[in-house]
Amino acid sequence: MPLGGVIFITIFIGVFGFILIRLARLTGGKAVKTSQAKFDIYECGIPVQEKKDTKISVKFYLTAILFILFDIEIIFMYPWAANYKNFLTSGNGPFVFGAMAFFLAVFIFGLWWEIKSKALEWD
Amino acid sequence: MTSMGTTGFEITVNLIKTVLVFLMMVQAVPILVWLERRGSAFIQNRFGPNRVGPLGLLQLLADAVKFLTKEDFAPEKGNRFMFYAAPVFALIPAAIAYMAIPMSVPLKLETATFLIQGFEINVGIVFVLGISSLAAYTILMAGWGSGSKFSLMGAMRASAQIISYELALGLSIVGVILMYGTFNFNEMILQQQGPLSFNAFGYTVATAALPNWGIFYQPVGMILFFAATFAESNRLPFDLAEGEAELVAGFHTEYGGFKMLMFFIGEYGHMMIASGLMATFFFGGYGIPYVSIQDVQNFGMNLFGSEIAANVFNTVVHFLCYNIKFGLFLWIFIWVRWTLPRFRYDQLMDLGWKTMLPWALVNTMVTAAVMFVTTYFMF
Repeated sequence: MPLGGVIFITIFIGVFGFILIRLARLTGGKAVKTSQAKFDIYECGIPVQEKKDTKISVKFYLTAILFILFDIEIIFMYPWAANYKNFLTSGNGPFVFGAMAFFLAVFIFGLWWEIKSKALEWD
Repeated sequence: MTSMGTTGFEITVNLIKTVLVFLMMVQAVPILVWLERRGSAFIQNRFGPNRVGPLGLLQLLADAVKFLTKEDFAPEKGNRFMFYAAPVFALIPAAIAYMAIPMSVPLKLETATFLIQGFEINVGIVFVLGISSLAAYTILMAGWGSGSKFSLMGAMRASAQIISYELALGLSIVGVILMYGTFNFNEMILQQQGPLSFNAFGYTVATAALPNWGIFYQPVGMILFFAATFAESNRLPFDLAEGEAELVAGFHTEYGGFKMLMFFIGEYGHMMIASGLMATFFFGGYGIPYVSIQDVQNFGMNLFGSEIAANVFNTVVHFLCYNIKFGLFLWIFIWVRWTLPRFRYDQLMDLGWKTMLPWALVNTMVTAAVMFVTTYFMF
């Protein structure tokens, strides 16, 4: 199974990366705390104002939800595309083509609706 | 699915091979960085690094020494585990996805056949797309672990961008899958062997002037795919994740030294995946135009007179051919980076959702319709 190879190389890279980071710690040393400002996160020249509870635009979440919808629809096309040639030669072409045309029509309607309802507008 | 081998020898060789492919990827990064710096200097009419060693080639070593002597820093307000884990995890998706791409003809030795790739996977396309998009997680980990608002904003932008272009990327490949009828990279490359020929309306159209490459069947798909991979690998003109003017350095604002370098390896790894996929889908993979695999094998037989030497020769020649194509696309990545300005974020999202996605849909429909019509109507 290639799965064995995938697991092996994942662990290998994990160990490799860990060793690299440890090595850099050994040769470069831990950062010496000469002042508090050195250990603060980056800020534009003023003391740190915000932590990671920064507000994030809801558009990002909307994009993620829309992505999941459309990506699943695209993944449904993959097996169809891989077998399309076989269906054409075995005579099932009209049915398979028509079925996918219907599916794509639904997809296009979804995309049109999404654009029309301004879900993708960034202001 | 082909296995990793049955005998202990085969399994050992296959595991060592995965490590070798990974190390190849890692060692290609300093060369690419050098190429990028010299290339950008060439494009901008300046010298670039030219002091350390011939043509500045030893600059890589100097950089490595500098990275090693940097203090190991983690911001106090961040999440330390995520901060340190993110660069390690950045290597994993890039390396594993790269391993599924075949680099040469399988090497036949006396008893065993070794594929010149990390591992062969029957659903190669799905595997590469699925694994390489995991990079969004490492970027989010880096952004969250840094505890800095610039990092977090950069990470949110990067992940939204990656998933948006994932759609155009995934859909632009549907046309390719329609043409080849397989997910397997090796089968795709074998289908692209020989001169251009296809069946239409009951006739066979063939010309010896052109190789049977995917680009002649899927030109629109190729452009969409290549453009989408720029966004996937966070390269200019789509490097909104690290737009210096707005976000300092985006998700790696707080990183330095080796941790930063590992993000770079990840980014260049994604460029390599994109270049390898471009070569495999549209430019015949390791295949040499106008010359078949058997021709090279026969030439090797005449040259060396032994079967095994000819096999090794065949593999090496195709490996070189693959690397020429591969290097050409990597150079295009660098070329584009130093030619085009950055998009604005709303322009980027509009391009992905409202332009490339509809075009990819049209490409899919037209490909399917043309295949349908040319198969069902005879003249």
